[in-house]
Amino acid sequence: MGTPAPAEAGSVVRVQVPERSVRHDLRVVKIVLHRELIRFWHDKMRIVSTLVQPVLWLLVMGTGLSNLMASGGPSGEIDLKTFIFPGVCAMSVMFTAMFSAGSIVWDREFGFLREMLVAPVSRSAIVVGKCVGGATVATLQGLLIVMLAGLAGVPYDPLLLLEMIGIMFLGAFALTGFGVIMAARIKTMQSFFALMQMAMMPMMFLSGALYPLSGLPTWLSVLTRINPLTYAVDPLRQVVFAHLDVSAELERTFNPGVTWNGWVVPVWLELLIIVALGPILTAVAIWEFRRGD
Amino acid sequence: MRNGEPAVAVDGLVKRFGELEAVRGVELQVAAGEIFGFLGPNGAGKSTTINMLCTLLRPTSGSARVAGHDVVSERDDVRRNIGLVFQDPTLDNYLTGEQNLRFHAELYGVPRALVPERMRQVLEMVGLWDRRGDRVEIYSGGMKRRLEIARGLLHSPRVLFLDEPTVGLDPQTRSSIWDYIRRLKDAEEITIFMTTHYMDEAEFCDRIAIMDQGTIVALDTPEALKAGVGKDRVQIHTDDDGAAIEALRDRFGLEAKVAEGAVTFAVPSGEAFVPRLFAELGVPIRSVSVSRPSLDDVFMSFTGSTIRDAEGSANDWMRMAARGRR
Repeated sequence: MGTPAPAEAGSVVRVQVPERSVRHDLRVVKIVLHRELIRFWHDKMRIVSTLVQPVLWLLVMGTGLSNLMASGGPSGEIDLKTFIFPGVCAMSVMFTAMFSAGSIVWDREFGFLREMLVAPVSRSAIVVGKCVGGATVATLQGLLIVMLAGLAGVPYDPLLLLEMIGIMFLGAFALTGFGVIMAARIKTMQSFFALMQMAMMPMMFLSGALYPLSGLPTWLSVLTRINPLTYAVDPLRQVVFAHLDVSAELERTFNPGVTWNGWVVPVWLELLIIVALGPILTAVAIWEFRRGD
Repeated sequence: MRNGEPAVAVDGLVKRFGELEAVRGVELQVAAGEIFGFLGPNGAGKSTTINMLCTLLRPTSGSARVAGHDVVSERDDVRRNIGLVFQDPTLDNYLTGEQNLRFHAELYGVPRALVPERMRQVLEMVGLWDRRGDRVEIYSGGMKRRLEIARGLLHSPRVLFLDEPTVGLDPQTRSSIWDYIRRLKDAEEITIFMTTHYMDEAEFCDRIAIMDQGTIVALDTPEALKAGVGKDRVQIHTDDDGAAIEALRDRFGLEAKVAEGAVTFAVPSGEAFVPRLFAELGVPIRSVSVSRPSLDDVFMSFTGSTIRDAEGSANDWMRMAARGRR
């Protein structure tokens, strides 16, 4: 088995479908990922529309609130736009990752999911392909946002860009896994969008994407610390600020880091949380798909 | 699959959904190389049966082997050896025809070296080779169905399942799909298991099983089934239809009615009856036609209703069962 069986019957090419193997699983992962990329590339409208929101946050909100800060706060040489830039990157990565996961619901509605589920392949290969695909697409979208760095007063340093893209990929992988878990049971696109709004808005507002996480009231502080997105936003901000030249006082205000009961969580631990979350959420998603079998 | 082993062997297959027994002990065998038709109204249990054979549904009891493998314990082996074309489309409209097939090839692990040649072959067979680069969203309904048939064949399955392959298509497209199916049978060594509720299509099958309310009520070649009905359909044009109907009742004891503009009735060995008809009817006859029974008549004789009537009541039955479950 597993070897091509050339045709004997006339000119008809006979194909022998091989037994399951790791190699076959990898082909499945690759083609599912490839399909995500094709669809992302075709859907120019989606690329543009997911760009609008971050630009609004960055230019409109960022600029508007900067004035407020300039009149009272310790703004000095730093701009609010710079502060929210990593947050905006994380947000758009989150949106794109969730939309990619949502395509499972779309596939179910339009029947294509059935084509995948009746094939002699493991569910894990399909789900892993979907998660890696969603993460890749989200990172590509993130790359577009990173290109706007200049607008936020963030330097175009190749090392910085690389670091940001790496962190965004890790975050996007975990987020797609989360989205696939939600999409596994949902039957219509409408309910998925409703559920997504319900999940994403709180995650966004409780993540430190839009305000520093220091000096918050306890209840808010606790909520932000249990939000996984927090641990994707903070490393992004850390690498951005590492490439800026700011005074210690400004650094304390704008980039206080994440603390657990007063202890500053190091970036490596934050990254570890995100890295671990990806496979865990993917495993849950695989389990969900196996259960519905 | 060893030689001589049936392509599909079903034994006492039952599927229950709560209170509803959708499939009630189906038995059948399909030989390798056959075109086997599953005929019956919507809601008769055809799709449920086919879903069990395709490993998409677990039987409540009974067993089934497809391409030599058990559908429950050897699910992956069954899946490797079957091709599926569903009632509802399962294509990705954003991809081109070729991309859809390539996806399928990767999904089924078709050896890379064979993919281009095999893809060309199946696309040429369904006449879509020239349109392979177009996105599926601009395909017509018939083209989509043909692409699905090509995709179902891509991995050289032993058994191809077609669930209502022509439903919702116009007559011309339906007949072209049938051309492909017949050509396919010649080109590939394949068994075709299909469901339909079009009587005229069932005629193309080597054997058909008539299913009604979850059981198989008849299983044979279309010819044998029609012969089993035992009556031919006779249609006469007369000068006075009313008098002819009356005369048929009084002198021959036959129930006739006007259908398609002619007095129509059923009688055993119709040709032999015609001379008597001319001699004894007493109403001038302008023309006579005698025809063999159609599968419609077969369905009628086994179930007591036409397929369209049966469809109505089966739907009611399903609906009531669904309501009862809630």
